[in-house]
Amino acid sequence: MTGQVRGEWPLYEVFVRGKRGLNHVHVGSLHAPDDQLALRHARDVYTRRNEGVSIWVVRSSAITASSPDEKDPLFAPSGDKVYRHPTFYDIPADVPHM
Amino acid sequence: MPAVAEPELEPGAEAQLETQLEAQFEATIGRKDRIEPRDWMPEAYRRTLVRQVAQHAHSEIIGMQPEGAWIGRAPSLRRKAILLAKVQDEAGHGLYLYSAAETLGVSRQELTEMLISGRQKYSSIFNYPTLSYADMGTIGWLVDGAAICNQVPLCRTSFGPYGRAMIRICKEESFHQRQGYELLMTMMRGTDEQRAMVQESVDRFWWPSLMMFGPPDDESPNTARSMAWGVKTHTNDELRQRFVDMTVPQAKALGVTLPDPGLVWNEERGAHDFGQPDWDEFWEVVKGNGPCNAQRVAHRKKAWDDGAWVREAALAFAAGDCRDTSGDTSGDTSGETSNETRTV
Repeated sequence: MTGQVRGEWPLYEVFVRGKRGLNHVHVGSLHAPDDQLALRHARDVYTRRNEGVSIWVVRSSAITASSPDEKDPLFAPSGDKVYRHPTFYDIPADVPHM
Repeated sequence: MPAVAEPELEPGAEAQLETQLEAQFEATIGRKDRIEPRDWMPEAYRRTLVRQVAQHAHSEIIGMQPEGAWIGRAPSLRRKAILLAKVQDEAGHGLYLYSAAETLGVSRQELTEMLISGRQKYSSIFNYPTLSYADMGTIGWLVDGAAICNQVPLCRTSFGPYGRAMIRICKEESFHQRQGYELLMTMMRGTDEQRAMVQESVDRFWWPSLMMFGPPDDESPNTARSMAWGVKTHTNDELRQRFVDMTVPQAKALGVTLPDPGLVWNEERGAHDFGQPDWDEFWEVVKGNGPCNAQRVAHRKKAWDDGAWVREAALAFAAGDCRDTSGDTSGDTSGETSNETRTV
């Protein structure tokens, strides 16, 4: 992620809830001078065809992301725990509702 | 590019690390997995993508001009509303693509400056003038039709943000093509004069539309590498052929003649044979000598320059330098920022 260029509006990340019952999903980014205008621009850029019922915008600089270099060690703890998945357990086929 | 501080390495170790990173990158491409912005990538891959995505973004933004010029002259409220929506979409498409380019570490301001100074290009099709209202239909049908042929395969391009932008764009592009074809159908059902307008427009736009796919494969030196990287998935000539084959039955249904005497069905190939556009003209337009190059860039520069005070005022307002707490003025400000992309 790049730092802000002098005189350039800050970068915002945009999240849209497609319809009630769904999570907000990241749809892209845009530049805006402040939070309120970021919301308005997000409406114009990302919801021209009823793509959303709710929008979140957040300054890109406010996001902390995991480093791609640390990907393996970061996610390693979940890699070897197959017993966390239902398919790990053998249940006779004739046992109902399992 | 990654924000992580590089640890100090001995020269040999650094080269070894680079080889390892390159192998990981190639493996990701090999699995047809996507490259994401913070992944390591070869500098040439990054440069190729910046060039291609920026050129694509600039095309959308410059592409607002030939059609924007007709909004005030469209013959009905229905046609004005459609054209306005289409031009607004082009602005949106430009913004999706600029966002994708920015994830490669280039700033929006740099991209705009490279467009205005002519260091980055946009599609040569937008350097042709829109002389009649029928051109609004022809652009939708042929120019957007060609764009769709180019863009659908790009939804699976190897760089994640570019592919995601293309998916959004392709969803919206279908409206563009259909409204254009419908406009032409309406004119073809009209008077002889209107039918002649449609034919004249198709005659002017056919060859430039074929040029949109870029030079023939044997003159496109970057194609092989772009395909190896999964940036492109089809060659220029493959896509051009696909476009011609799709368009011929549409022209027939419309009742217009495509201006190529060499256009015939080739039973053996199961495809149409067709003539080559004037490639000398293509290179002239790319070099900046097309009918509207200077006008298009001058217009974009004027919009950028005229909008400077709005960008600065909005930043000053955001910083609280002149915040007026008596009322909500954000609505007004929003109206003014949109002037930056207004094209008349």
